[in-house]
Amino acid sequence: MLGRLSWAAIPFNEPLPMISMAVVLIVILAVLGLITAKGWWPYLWDEWLTSVDHKRIGVMYVVLGLVMLLRGYSDAIMMRTQQAIAVGDAQGYLPPDHYDQIFSAHGTIMIFFVAMPLVIGLMNFVVPLQLGVRDVAFPVLNSVSFWLTATGALLINLSLVIGNFARTGWMNYPPLSELDFSPDVGVDYYLWSLQISGIGTLLTGINFVTTILKLRAPGMTYFRMTVFCWTALASSLLIVAAFPVLTATFMMLLLDRYVGMHFFTNDAGGNQMMYVNLFWAWGHPEVYILILPAFGIFSEVVANFSGKGLFSYRSMVWATLAICILSFMVWLHHFFTMGAGANVNAFFGIMSSVIAVPTGVKVFNWLFTMFRGRIVFRTPMLFAIGFIVTFVIGGLTGVLLAVPPVDFVLHNSAFLVAHFHNVIIGGVLFGMLAGINYWFPKAFGFTLDERLGKASFWCWLIGFYLAFTPLYALGLVGMTRRLEHIPDPSWRPLLLVAEAGAIVIFCGILCQVAQLYVSIRAREHCRDLTGDPWTGRTLEWSTCSPPPAYNFAVLPKVEAIDAFWQMKRTARAPMQPAYQAIELPRNSPAGFVTAFFATVMGFSLIWHIWWLAILGFLAAVIVVLMAGWSIDREEEISAAEVAQTERVR
Amino acid sequence: MTIATTLDRTLIAVPTELARGRGGGGPAPKRIVVAFGFWIFILSDMIMFSALFAAYAVMSGNTAGGPSGAELFNLRSVFVETMCLLLSSYTCGIGVLSAERRQPTLFLIFAAFTFVLGAAFLFIEVAEFAGMVAKGAGPWRSGFLSAFFTLVGTHGVHVASGLIALVYLVAQMIAKGLRAAVLRRLLCWSLFWHALDIVWVGVFTLVYLMGVYQ
Amino acid sequence: MRNIASFLHPPWPSRLLRWPVAGAAILLASCKPAGVLDPQGPISSAERLLLINSTAIMLVVVVPVIVATLAFAWWYRSSNTHATRSLDESYEGRVEFVVWSIPALTVILLGGVIWIGSHQLDPRAPISGKSDPLRVDVVALDWKWLFIYPDRGIAAVNQLVIPVGTPVEFRLTSATVMNSFFVPQLGSQIYTMGGMTTHLSLLADQPGEYPGFSANFSGDGFSWMRFVVKSVTVGDFNTWLEQAHGTGSGLDAASYAELAKPSRDVSPTTYRSVEPKLFERILDKTVTSPRNATIGGAWCPPLRQGGG
Repeated sequence: MLGRLSWAAIPFNEPLPMISMAVVLIVILAVLGLITAKGWWPYLWDEWLTSVDHKRIGVMYVVLGLVMLLRGYSDAIMMRTQQAIAVGDAQGYLPPDHYDQIFSAHGTIMIFFVAMPLVIGLMNFVVPLQLGVRDVAFPVLNSVSFWLTATGALLINLSLVIGNFARTGWMNYPPLSELDFSPDVGVDYYLWSLQISGIGTLLTGINFVTTILKLRAPGMTYFRMTVFCWTALASSLLIVAAFPVLTATFMMLLLDRYVGMHFFTNDAGGNQMMYVNLFWAWGHPEVYILILPAFGIFSEVVANFSGKGLFSYRSMVWATLAICILSFMVWLHHFFTMGAGANVNAFFGIMSSVIAVPTGVKVFNWLFTMFRGRIVFRTPMLFAIGFIVTFVIGGLTGVLLAVPPVDFVLHNSAFLVAHFHNVIIGGVLFGMLAGINYWFPKAFGFTLDERLGKASFWCWLIGFYLAFTPLYALGLVGMTRRLEHIPDPSWRPLLLVAEAGAIVIFCGILCQVAQLYVSIRAREHCRDLTGDPWTGRTLEWSTCSPPPAYNFAVLPKVEAIDAFWQMKRTARAPMQPAYQAIELPRNSPAGFVTAFFATVMGFSLIWHIWWLAILGFLAAVIVVLMAGWSIDREEEISAAEVAQTERVR
Repeated sequence: MTIATTLDRTLIAVPTELARGRGGGGPAPKRIVVAFGFWIFILSDMIMFSALFAAYAVMSGNTAGGPSGAELFNLRSVFVETMCLLLSSYTCGIGVLSAERRQPTLFLIFAAFTFVLGAAFLFIEVAEFAGMVAKGAGPWRSGFLSAFFTLVGTHGVHVASGLIALVYLVAQMIAKGLRAAVLRRLLCWSLFWHALDIVWVGVFTLVYLMGVYQ
Repeated sequence: MRNIASFLHPPWPSRLLRWPVAGAAILLASCKPAGVLDPQGPISSAERLLLINSTAIMLVVVVPVIVATLAFAWWYRSSNTHATRSLDESYEGRVEFVVWSIPALTVILLGGVIWIGSHQLDPRAPISGKSDPLRVDVVALDWKWLFIYPDRGIAAVNQLVIPVGTPVEFRLTSATVMNSFFVPQLGSQIYTMGGMTTHLSLLADQPGEYPGFSANFSGDGFSWMRFVVKSVTVGDFNTWLEQAHGTGSGLDAASYAELAKPSRDVSPTTYRSVEPKLFERILDKTVTSPRNATIGGAWCPPLRQGGG
């Protein structure tokens, strides 16, 4: 009846997951109770949960990403602590099967449920505003995308208390992830959670490619788009081209596990190398999906806070597109040690170095933007400067690892771990934090507290270097990754420094939480009344903060790059534009309800509750078909209403 | 009025009217947006199929002592299947043209033909799979068979979804008439159907023909 | 506690730098070279040289970039009245040319290093040494390492004894999941994969004991999958061989099945005899391993070269 689900799935005898579950449940119940007590449910349902407005969806993505950052961080501090304690004869406090789940969950959550939602969230919020249009191409699909991502996040978190998570690492290589060696639900949680959220991400990619290529304000030719929109385009193209490979790969592994097929098994003709190739054929473009929008954010931030236009816009665009294409030609550098032979290894090593050329061009362009500018050190600009220094070091270690003989001695070591955290934290996370600080006033109508923002920056910067520089050293002296027990006591001092770094990072997170709290409380003092708190150059700053649902009463006519700056310079006399009625898509529960049934289906598939899985799947399909049945899904805002809203601004 | 140079130095202000040809015409009409988005979706689906084709290519020799393609494939029934699918693409095309010309009855007739041909394709394919399983050549027998069943089976699942979607769209057309929104969806559906045909040509060639004649 | 305000406004006051620099110096002084930085063979020496050279090439670009970033940020801050500003859009083809050239030239140089290095240090390539190569077959198990000396008729678990100055040619496989055979002080690592063979050549210049381990996560016992490489003189090696022939049990199908059961933190042992072609049979999986005895035991995958 209930497949392999039973009470035994809940780890009553293990204090750590039970305590975490208790804490999380209390927080969730408190939040739900607060919402009920204040009667916010109708508002939440009408304005947020069923919203198809890209601005609301963007905010929800960012909230999801930040909440999951807390979960991912708690995994990290547990790992650091275990490695600081379990040296020599000491065994630490985490048995191996727990430690293995924790590092697998840490990687999976950080990539798929922190970095991706933050990137997609900021893209969602900003791109239509910068393009000068009202919404993305497929707003209801946008909502479906978000809620499917949330489903994946929910499933992964359920694995903490009902069953267990994968013990294979975030890459989930077979044959370890096959039934022979991982017969329990852990790998299934991983696969279904990512398969479902992967559909959401793919739909986002399709949505944004269409939006950026087909929906722009009049006069906005390709070379008048902002660099952030170019990077969003490149990232979305990568999503469309790479995520289907991941879908196919996970489908094959699922078939191995559920039907007994032999794609990646040790026997009967399976080929584990194929998984590695397919996974990284997705995996390498994935990291560029994450970093390109961060580059775009930094282009916006550096230009704005240097008081100048971006240096050499064109080469930025060509560099972005070059990175986009090259990212498909480097995937083998993730497994030079698999034994492909010198020619193959050398080719991929050279291609991996070649991708450093357009990246280097971007760095130089940012530098020359700062050159002879008038630099103001607001929080986003601090993140930008911290990023340039940190990312360049991370890039150096990356190109170092791209030399196959060097990789032969550094692959899978702590050096590798330090490298990718270097570029992800220094690149992606700093970019997202800069973007959040930069666009927060636009989203909510008041600025974030500047002092706490700067404090969080310094904590993240110092914490990062303290936490990961020791790992570079440890990789060089022979420490491999994913160790639950440390064999060499002489590594202990460095591991303690790394632990200290993790704690400093926690201070950074606390500062961010404090920043939100303080800013919300002080919001009346920090109101953004002009819609343009940073003296912006791009179109999103021409709307009020927060923008009305329709973004622009009249779509702007774009005449140059940095369209808003151009408008300011030509200083047109404000005319009374002729307002017309605006059609906006109606809110729809389709996304939320589909995702609900997708959760039911995913959970049932994991636990082999076949009848419930079929029901969940059918229900999800029926919801989609029902949502698609009505063709008139738009509502009109009359011209008079528009005029009224614009007058109030 | 400034005149744009052929190099289109973006820093020189070009009035909106002159920008139209270079992507500066403003947001595209809904029909183009929907069709373009659907093309991108089909592109992503093609990439998924490419990954499955790649897996098949890698695994095509991994018979693990079991039967190979040459022993299992019945080219005659595959030929009939292929003809059914190709013909269904033809009837699909005529059906959509009829719909665009606002001829609902003709559209319904050709939609019915398309459905029957597609269902025939599926029937033959399912029969082929069942036969192979009965012979002990199911997907769990070897890596080659896993790759074969997954590649061809995924295509089959797409065909089945297409048939269900066709019934849904026909119902919608009957209920709401041939309005712009319904026509857009029919156009997307026909793109999907033709794309499946293209994938099948790949399957037919790389899997069946090469499997038997290599 | 220092004034928090001073933390919040760049640039970083120099007196605060004293502490981190001092701390770093103390930490670095406490590390003696080890692992990759302490090569004991020609492969690892060459790899360390490549590492240092590649880093140096890149530092030539990276250090000025970092310095320029901090310098520009400092000099062009809005409160600096001495700085020249140029806020209008400017574009200079010459700057553009330099901006693309510097990374391109660096990468071309690195590309040459990569091509030559990859070919010279191909793991498979035999090392020319004074003596005939010693063949060792390596099998990764859960969670220990089995070393078979097919020409000498003995095997060892979690210890690898090799003669100094002799090239060792490894054939590697895994009886379970993917692992990676790695002895940092001797050089390259290589994956070990079930049903497939990978190849590696290493050589130890000096007598010594060098830690080895698995560098690819393989399950709950992964942290204990460590072994020791003992490089000894030829005389000592022959003595060890004789000792191994005289003690312990033989490694046949039954004792191998026992060995293959999951266990961790296994003490080094030796086997006095080895069933012929044991490595090939493990590859063929005709020797059943308890962990996959129920699935696939009857199928025989063809012998394959690992390599992707």
